[in-house]
Amino acid sequence: MNRAVLTTLQVLVAVIAVLLWWVITQTAILGDPARIRFFFSTPADVFRQILAWFESGEIWRHLWITLVEAALAFVIGAVAAMIAGFWLARRPKLAAVFDPYVKAANALPRVVLAPIFTLWFGLGIWSKVALGFTLVFFIVFFNVYQGVKEVNRTVLQNARMLGMSERQLLRHVYLPSALSWVFSSLHVSIGFAVVGAVVGEYLGSAAGLGYLIAQAEGMFDIAGVFAGMFVLSAFVLLIDWGVTLVERKLLVWQPDDNH
Amino acid sequence: MQHAVRLDNVDISFGAAGKPLFRAVAGADLGVATGEFVAIVGPTGSGKSTLLNAAAGLLKPSAGTVEIQGRPLEGLNRKAGYLFQADALMPWKTARDNVAIALEIAGRPRREALERAEDWLGKVGLKGFGHRYPHMLSGGQRKRVAMAQVLIRDPEILLMDEPFGPLDAQTRLIMGDLLLDLWQQDRKAVMFVTHDLEEAIALADRVVIMSTGPEARLIGDFTIPLARPRDVSEIKLSAEFQELHRDIWHLLKEQVLKAYGNQNREERA
Repeated sequence: MNRAVLTTLQVLVAVIAVLLWWVITQTAILGDPARIRFFFSTPADVFRQILAWFESGEIWRHLWITLVEAALAFVIGAVAAMIAGFWLARRPKLAAVFDPYVKAANALPRVVLAPIFTLWFGLGIWSKVALGFTLVFFIVFFNVYQGVKEVNRTVLQNARMLGMSERQLLRHVYLPSALSWVFSSLHVSIGFAVVGAVVGEYLGSAAGLGYLIAQAEGMFDIAGVFAGMFVLSAFVLLIDWGVTLVERKLLVWQPDDNH
Repeated sequence: MQHAVRLDNVDISFGAAGKPLFRAVAGADLGVATGEFVAIVGPTGSGKSTLLNAAAGLLKPSAGTVEIQGRPLEGLNRKAGYLFQADALMPWKTARDNVAIALEIAGRPRREALERAEDWLGKVGLKGFGHRYPHMLSGGQRKRVAMAQVLIRDPEILLMDEPFGPLDAQTRLIMGDLLLDLWQQDRKAVMFVTHDLEEAIALADRVVIMSTGPEARLIGDFTIPLARPRDVSEIKLSAEFQELHRDIWHLLKEQVLKAYGNQNREERA
């Protein structure tokens, strides 16, 4: 399938979906359109709401806040996880001791932590960063841990025979190997950073996309909820696209079929 | 005579605690003189690589001694360069960086290391390929880079574990010639492990035969008097080569059949 056909088909899916949405909110095929409009709003109303946000410029502040929260959660979470992952992977006994606690902490649904973080860090951005942190940390942690453990044995032995010291092995073998695992999970971990930020905002805040959606919901403003969701999706897609660009730069050394 | 590598009554066993030991190599005696090219040939699973790893210091023998240039080996063999059978290049470094790193870790400045790496890539026939990552190179090209990486450090001893095993037949011949070419220039001591007897005779000064494992031993030691410099693909046609091959194959065949029989028994069991 060539690029033009693919793009056409992709756009077609959106057009059909919006068309169906429009039809059921305008006609009586699926029952009373007024009732359906109450639950699903209409494409035109949602579009008007998005337009209004961008026209007044108020959306930019919310996008910025969410972006900052997600970025901080990702950077702090990834750095902490890399240090912890490296440290434990190189100390199997310590890792064995901590294993059940790491698993237990990871099994905990993070949403229940949100009220505690609000209590600890207040209603500002830091409670959201903390929530994103707990999501990002474990993904990166497990990847680094795996990356260090599964360093190719021959590459490692070869590096040793070339005379590398432990520190040089860390820099030239373990770190690049672990980073390749981290990068391969970049989409997931950055996605989770955004999820953490938005969920945190949704549960209690004064700004951000999650706040916007929560506000609209509180006033039964369905158009506002849908508009918030669409902006959020576009926002995540944009970030994901950026990640792909970064990834292409950083992973040139990997064969194409790996990413 | 000073030996570059000397294995004396070496036993190598593997095993987990509580299980009977698997004795891979038993009572192996082998000396490699300075400047001598020794090939070790044996059937699959005869512990050839195990013996090589003992000389590299990657494995510790359970009995016997390993001496390098007259001194008992402690830890890794720092005098030796090791060419692995599998891909051993760092996939995240370009060919040039992979070669240069061997000098950089020894404390040479990066600029000098890169310059010399470029020279070495030329010597192994990869001029202009320095910017490529390993996955952009063919198997034979990767092996050339690995050779440059090992040789740029100018090790006094070369250990090679079926280095051309994964390559196709034509590439193996070419790599054999390249190896002899480079070796001819400064005659390092070489331990070359292979299961290919023709390759062993074509390359080496001496061919040593290992018996089928477990408890593999060295059961034959043949001097190869073929004149140097040699052309690996041409030399196989000479009568002298054929005669040597016949003699050694006679001994090796028995071991190969035994190894084959063992395998079949294991499969049936």
